[in-house]
Amino acid sequence: MIPKTSTPAARALVVCGAALSLVSPFLAWTWTSRYPGNLTVYGYPGGSQLLTLAGALLAAVFTAAVLGVPGLRALAPAGAVRALRAASLAALTATWITVGAIAVDLGGVVNVEPGGWLAAGAVLLLAAGAHALPDDTVTEPPPAARLPRAAEGALITVVFLAAMYVLTYGITTDSAQDFLAFLPAAGFGVRALAAAGLTARFGALTARNRIAVAVAALASALVFPFTQTGDQYTAIADNILVFAAVALGLNIVVGLVGLLDLGYVAFLGTGAYTAALVSGSTFSTFDIGPWPFWATALLGMGVSLVAGLVIGAPTLRLHGDYLAIVTLGFGEIFRITVNNLDGTSGPRLTNGPNGINSVPNLTVFGFDLGTRHTLLGVTFGRFANYYLLLLAVIAVIVFVYARAGNSRIGRAWIALREDEKAATAMGIEGFRYKLLAFGLGASLAGLAGTVMAHLQTNAVPENYKFADTAPPNSAFLLAAVVLGGMGTVSGPLVGAALLYLIPAKFAFFSQYQMMLFGLALILMMRFRPEGLVPDRRHRLEFHDEQVAAAEARRTAAEATA
Amino acid sequence: MSTTPPLLRASGVTMRFGGLTAVDGVDLAVRENEIVGLIGPNGAGKTTFFNCLTGLYVPTEGAVLFAGETLPPKPARVTRAGVARTFQNIRLFANMSALENVIVGRHTRTRAGLLSALAHGPRYRREERESRERARELLDFVGLGGQADLLARSLSYGAQRRLEIARALASEPRLLLLDEPTAGMNPQETAETEELVRSVRARGVAVLVIEHDMRFIMNLCDRVAVLVQGTKLTEGAPGEVQADERVVEAYLGAPDDEEEPTPRSPQNRERTA
Ligand SMILES: Nc1ncnc2c1ncn2[C@@H]1O[C@H](COP(=O)(O)OP(=O)(O)O)[C@@H](O)[C@H]1O
Ligand SMILES: [Mg+2]
Repeated sequence: MIPKTSTPAARALVVCGAALSLVSPFLAWTWTSRYPGNLTVYGYPGGSQLLTLAGALLAAVFTAAVLGVPGLRALAPAGAVRALRAASLAALTATWITVGAIAVDLGGVVNVEPGGWLAAGAVLLLAAGAHALPDDTVTEPPPAARLPRAAEGALITVVFLAAMYVLTYGITTDSAQDFLAFLPAAGFGVRALAAAGLTARFGALTARNRIAVAVAALASALVFPFTQTGDQYTAIADNILVFAAVALGLNIVVGLVGLLDLGYVAFLGTGAYTAALVSGSTFSTFDIGPWPFWATALLGMGVSLVAGLVIGAPTLRLHGDYLAIVTLGFGEIFRITVNNLDGTSGPRLTNGPNGINSVPNLTVFGFDLGTRHTLLGVTFGRFANYYLLLLAVIAVIVFVYARAGNSRIGRAWIALREDEKAATAMGIEGFRYKLLAFGLGASLAGLAGTVMAHLQTNAVPENYKFADTAPPNSAFLLAAVVLGGMGTVSGPLVGAALLYLIPAKFAFFSQYQMMLFGLALILMMRFRPEGLVPDRRHRLEFHDEQVAAAEARRTAAEATA
Repeated sequence: MSTTPPLLRASGVTMRFGGLTAVDGVDLAVRENEIVGLIGPNGAGKTTFFNCLTGLYVPTEGAVLFAGETLPPKPARVTRAGVARTFQNIRLFANMSALENVIVGRHTRTRAGLLSALAHGPRYRREERESRERARELLDFVGLGGQADLLARSLSYGAQRRLEIARALASEPRLLLLDEPTAGMNPQETAETEELVRSVRARGVAVLVIEHDMRFIMNLCDRVAVLVQGTKLTEGAPGEVQADERVVEAYLGAPDDEEEPTPRSPQNRERTA
């Protein structure tokens, strides 16, 4: 429990801290622009100062809510103090990491200008004050007022655009220091919104407006290439999308059916190799192609489906750890096989370790994705073209996931995951349904693979390992699903984005990456086993008592209402 | 005794696990609209017998006829043929809502495959709507109408037992097998369960029930069979069976009564199958 401090003092601390935190990003924090992001100017914030500003703004809003400013109380239906604490931590971590990085990078604290000192002090005041305030958590937030449908749709769009803005910041920041400050700031920021009860409200809003959600998500994703002038960050976004597409497919197998598949990347590879072989590349052993995209995609999905069924048929009779080990083995068999089909160790098909290179660009409905197209006055380069195609692929996968998951088939999958014996007694043929999920997951990965081969212009064995320091590989795929949140759509998307960006932005750290990855997994499983974006089922599974009590209260309230 | 052929006829059902004969040549018949009790000390083989009937185990010997046809030892086919069951230690889909649990029970009575789920055609939507309606009706029937959207795991213990019955009924069975439906219940819940089983029969479903609560058995059953160490000791009207000295002896002389304590906790599902 929090020690009972006299609240007026805590309030004064918070107000001072928030005000100074808001001012500090407009001051110079260091004297030289050698520190990335130009933090030397007075008058406007630059670089990581934006993070401090965002955290401070969030904290200021919740401070106003704590003080009872009319109208703002509604912004924290579940209580403002815990939200304020999280927001203050967002500002604190961002500021201290930045100030610390200035001192470390430039060789000493003398490089921190008074503005930086002010910022560091201000966020400390803010956080201290916020943590001294007594908790005001409301266990039963009042129900949200219903807005007109159009307003709800607009609100959803605004939220998605904001989320896209945050994600874009993460993608486009090019200094490791800034990204290091960005991660905790974004994390605590989201936690502040959750503590305020806003994410729960938004969840209810999205549950009522499925179509608006789909449209808003797609629309805000479409904004990204319009904001990009060069190819650099669009290429990163493309890789994230490939990774996310595969993670979403794996989520069917792992999230819905609960099958631990440690060799899933093999299906991505199958799709990629299939596409490369029929692409018309001079390195392909077949003198066919290039095929139009739809034909390549269908073939890639088909071959991956067959691979999924062939691997699934003998293995899916195994359970739990045995299945995990056998799929791990099959994943490696794939990589080793394509490594050896080089004409010396085996028949010549894949050129062994050299892979199939010079895969030409895809042609979709007559558009060559390799050339520039001008749309609405904006020029789309090669990576932007692939970005659009990958969005379409993801939309297909999400559609399949949502429709299948919500159907008789999906319920059978979840039932098998929950209790296989009971599901069997209800007449569900376990093996058949597992094989269906395995095949569906494999063909969706195959679809992503066909695009990947063209995007990366090659198919090489090294891209399809069990574990590596960069995605996609089976370990990262599974981690994206589990860290993001099994059984949800947004979970694997968030997980994939994080797991792609973190190793990419901290490339200089690569020799410690696997260790940190393992550490992060252990910490996650200890403190948030349900993942970053939990679905209702898993949240309950891991935090039984609290949530069950809350659910019971909620239904009791609904029953009396 | 009526002359119509019985709904279920098990003859000479034997189940051996290595050297252990858990069920030994058991004959049992259940007629339409009958409530038959199956009693016996713990470890007598009652649950194993149920597993043999429902295809979870393939009996070592013996045959099971349902409505005149041999029941294949495949759980899915048994369910489709019209036999549904509940479990001694509740086995709900803990992280699905009560409504979803019941809808899963309708699996064998619905047809939608992957493609129709993706296409969302009118036939598919009608089937989904009907499933939902039937499930709601069954939840009302067992008295859980107000808790349809709660996750199974957050239901009370008694509610979980009733939800299991609703889920079993969703497969539109002609015979319902209940494995200790009142285990762990207080007297009032037991009385409610008794009423529920009666109204299940009123829906035209025959019931075969394993139970330790003698009052429950005596109030409810048309006939009672006694299983002791895998063999059927006797069978008859509840009064006769209760008066049978061998039955009393079997129960009293069974010091292993604690061998298989009925789990009280509603969250006792196994994580790994
Ligand atoms: N799968 C199994 N493998 C080995 N022994 C079993 C198995 N299932 C049940 N048994 C044994 O069969 C006997 C009867 O068990 P059970 O049918 O559960 O008794 P009841 O339900 O009458 O209490 C017990 O001795 C039990 O240990
Ligand atoms: Mg038993």
